[in-house]
Amino acid sequence: MIKIENVGVSKENKTILAAISVTLTEPRIGIIGSNGSGKSTFAKLLNGLERATTGAVFVNDAPIGKNNKTALGKVGFVFQNPDNQIVFPIVVEDLAFGLKKSGLSKQQIQSRITTYLEQFGLRHLLERRTHELSGGEKQLIALIGVLLMEPEIIVLDEPTTLLDLRNRSILLKLLAELPQKLIIVSHDLALMAEMDRLLWIENGNIHQDGSPEAVISAYRQFAESES
Amino acid sequence: MLTSTYYAGQSFLHTTRPLFKVLALFLVCTLLFVFDTWFVLTPICLAVFGLYGIAGIPRSEILLALRPAFWMLLFIFIVQIYFESLQLASFVILRFVTMILAASLLTLTTKTSDLIAALEQFFNRFLPEHIAETISLAFSLCFRFIPLVRQTFDEVTEAQKARGHHKDWRALATPTIIRTLKSADEISQAIIARSVETSHLSAANERRDREHS
Ligand SMILES: Nc1ncnc2c1ncn2[C@@H]1O[C@H](COP(=O)(O)OP(=O)(O)OP(=O)(O)O)[C@@H](O)[C@H]1O
Ligand SMILES: [Mg+2]
Repeated sequence: MIKIENVGVSKENKTILAAISVTLTEPRIGIIGSNGSGKSTFAKLLNGLERATTGAVFVNDAPIGKNNKTALGKVGFVFQNPDNQIVFPIVVEDLAFGLKKSGLSKQQIQSRITTYLEQFGLRHLLERRTHELSGGEKQLIALIGVLLMEPEIIVLDEPTTLLDLRNRSILLKLLAELPQKLIIVSHDLALMAEMDRLLWIENGNIHQDGSPEAVISAYRQFAESES
Repeated sequence: MLTSTYYAGQSFLHTTRPLFKVLALFLVCTLLFVFDTWFVLTPICLAVFGLYGIAGIPRSEILLALRPAFWMLLFIFIVQIYFESLQLASFVILRFVTMILAASLLTLTTKTSDLIAALEQFFNRFLPEHIAETISLAFSLCFRFIPLVRQTFDEVTEAQKARGHHKDWRALATPTIIRTLKSADEISQAIIARSVETSHLSAANERRDREHS
């Protein structure tokens, strides 16, 4: 469970998020909102990648303090831009990176990686150079890199943007089956309609919070009236 | 030299411990500088080429390794001929080429992650664990940043070409630097997020093993 109390974030004298309070308990939570509204910033607050300027964030009732290691271990994060998340030049090396401190043996790590790649039908990428992958392949590898670590909660920042139809449906099926709690930032309204709860962030505030049907229809009206 | 160049293979060079390779490289470079005579340079140079053959690395990779340094080498060559002699110029260039190729041989036959792990182990011997770990994280960052700068630069160049601009160094440098810094922030975040402890995984494995036995 993640609890956010009066959290504000400002950078360079600009308010990016303004005093948000919300408790996230549902298994599938979606976040929508316009470009630049503060979704990625909000998402990064949830495991301490982004520091709250005011207020506090709690993961399982423990506040994320100066040391965010515990929160980082509990809450996995899939970045919006996979290029920034992939660290190593070879796929298998990159995936192994997250398991370095798992205490698993080399073989166990290897077989774990193979199993996860097979789930996505991506076994053939094992030895490929990461910078040569397509955007969608990178996005999947970045996601697998986090899934492998089995965090309790996973935050995904626009996981479907670069995927083709086939990979999108593979991903959606997998997400639906995951035992973890998921918090997904996305402009993909079809995916957002499947959530248990939807937050709409606008201008650094939670503009609306409720069932996907209600929030999406209000969001649609808003987008049409603005244009 | 700028992008990762691991070339998969099974040769003894691929399987030698990374730390040995680092030490050997260090030794070779020292020898080349301490004894600057053809009697040392020639056998080492031949040995390096021989090792490329043994490692099964194609000639094209040798050219790729040297390409980024080409203009600099040419410049040094001309300056040396001008101030010294053709003989000395050839010697200096061949020495650089040998060192670059020896260094590339290390990255061609060693996975970055293995290299980092080896360095971490090495530092672990005489430094406290958390410091050794910080050093190895710094290495990961370095290895990641070199191709990042390269890639950002290429993308910025392409974008500007597409908009009909020609090479203008100021117009290239500014976005490259800003974009690199922005990505740098997030890459550091990602590295930190991905290097947290995940001992629950091995614990779960052990539990499963116990239940099966
Ligand atoms: N380091 C920073 N310094 C200053 N401003 C920033 C910084 N990071 C983000 N911002 C600003 O904060 C606002 C929110 O950014 P954020 O990335 O959270 O938006 P977003 O909702 O994820 O947008 P998108 O849908 O485009 O991904 C933007 O206006 C952005 O310009
Ligand atoms: Mg965003």
